[in-house]
Amino acid sequence: MTIYGTGLLAACVLAGLFLGDLLGAAIGVKANVGGVGFAMILLIVSSEYLRRRDLLPPPTREGVQFWSAIYIPVVVAMASQQNVVAALKGGPAAVLAGVLAVVVCFALIPAIARIGAKDEQSPFRVQTVTE
Amino acid sequence: MEKLLVDVLTKNGLLTGFAVVALTMWLSYWLSARLTRGRLHGSAIAIMIGLGLAYVSGLLTGGQKGVADVPMLAGVGLMGGAMIRDFAITATAFGVNFAEIRRSGLSGIVSLFAGVVLSFIVGAAVAAAFGYDDAVSMATIGAGAVTYIVGPVTGAAIGASSDVMALSIAAGLVKSILVMVGTPFFARMIHLDNPRTAMVFGGMMGTTSGVCGALAAIDPKLVPYGAMTSTFYTGLGCLLGPSVLFLATQAVVG
Repeated sequence: MTIYGTGLLAACVLAGLFLGDLLGAAIGVKANVGGVGFAMILLIVSSEYLRRRDLLPPPTREGVQFWSAIYIPVVVAMASQQNVVAALKGGPAAVLAGVLAVVVCFALIPAIARIGAKDEQSPFRVQTVTE
Repeated sequence: MEKLLVDVLTKNGLLTGFAVVALTMWLSYWLSARLTRGRLHGSAIAIMIGLGLAYVSGLLTGGQKGVADVPMLAGVGLMGGAMIRDFAITATAFGVNFAEIRRSGLSGIVSLFAGVVLSFIVGAAVAAAFGYDDAVSMATIGAGAVTYIVGPVTGAAIGASSDVMALSIAAGLVKSILVMVGTPFFARMIHLDNPRTAMVFGGMMGTTSGVCGALAAIDPKLVPYGAMTSTFYTGLGCLLGPSVLFLATQAVVG
C-alpha cells in the first residue's frame, strides 16, 4: 500500500528531527543539528534493508517518490514566503556582507571538492598504466 | 459571489497553495521554453517569481512571511513551511548513492568548517568597514553572514543590540536569496554537476533553502547531496558563533 511508503518517510523524518534536537541540546545549541541529515540516512538505510528483503513493492515506493517529486514546487512555495523586503531594507552593509560571503565561499568550492578525491583516482591511474 | 469564492479559497488554504504553485510552475516552464529556450531552468524562474511575489506581498501587507501573509494564500505558507519542506527534502534521499556520500565525506566536513568560518570573517569585516567595529556587533553580523538563524542566535547569546540583530538577519537573507537565484548561472564554472561538488556546495553555502533551491534548478538529482551537508551547517554555526568565533573576534579587535 502506498501509505506504507509515506509512513516510512514520516517515521524517518520524525526520528531524524528528534535526533537533531537531542544533539543540539547535548552540545548546548539552540538549533536542530543535522536533523534532516539524520532523517535522510535513516531513510537510505531502512529502504535498503527493506529492498533486500523484498518488502518494498512499487506501491510502497510510490508513497516516498511522490514527495520526492513534489520537492521543487515545495521550494517555490518556500521562496515565496521569504522576507525579501527585510533583506533589501537591511541596507548596503547587510547586502554586502551577504554577497561577499557567497562570492568568497563559492570561489573556493572547486579547491575543497578536490580534498580526498585523489585517493579515488589513483587506482584508476594504476590500471590505465598497466593496461 | 466573489465573497463566496474568496471564502472557499481561504478555507481550503493548502489546496489553494497547490493550485497557485502549480500555476506558477506551469508559467515558469512555459517562459523557460519560450524565452530562454530552456537555458534558464523553469524551476529557477519559478523561484524568482516566488521571491518577487514575496517582495510585493511584503510591501503590501507589511508582514514578514511573504505571500503567506495574504490570507487567501496562507496555504502556500503551509506548503513551503518547515514541516513539508523537511518531509520533501528527506524524500529526495530515496535512491541516493550512499557510497558516494561516504567517499565525499571528508571534503564535505572540511567544507562545513571552511564555509562557516569564511562567511563569519567576511561578514565581520564588512561590519567593521561600515562602522560596526565592536566585537559584539562584528560577531553578530558575521554570524548573520553564516545564516539568518545563526545571526540572531549568536547576537542573543552575546548581548547584541536589536538593530545589529536585524542587520545580521538581513545579511543571512541576502545570502540565502543570492545562492538560490545566482548559483544556476555560475554552476558550470565550479563544475557543480556531480554529487561530490554538490556536497561541498552544501557545506560551503549552508543555507538549506538557498542550496536546495539552487540545486533543484541545476539538477534535481543533486538535491539530496547538498541538503545532506547543509543541514549540519546552521547547527555548526550556532555552536561556533557565540563561542570560538566570538572569542576570536574579541581577541583581534581587543
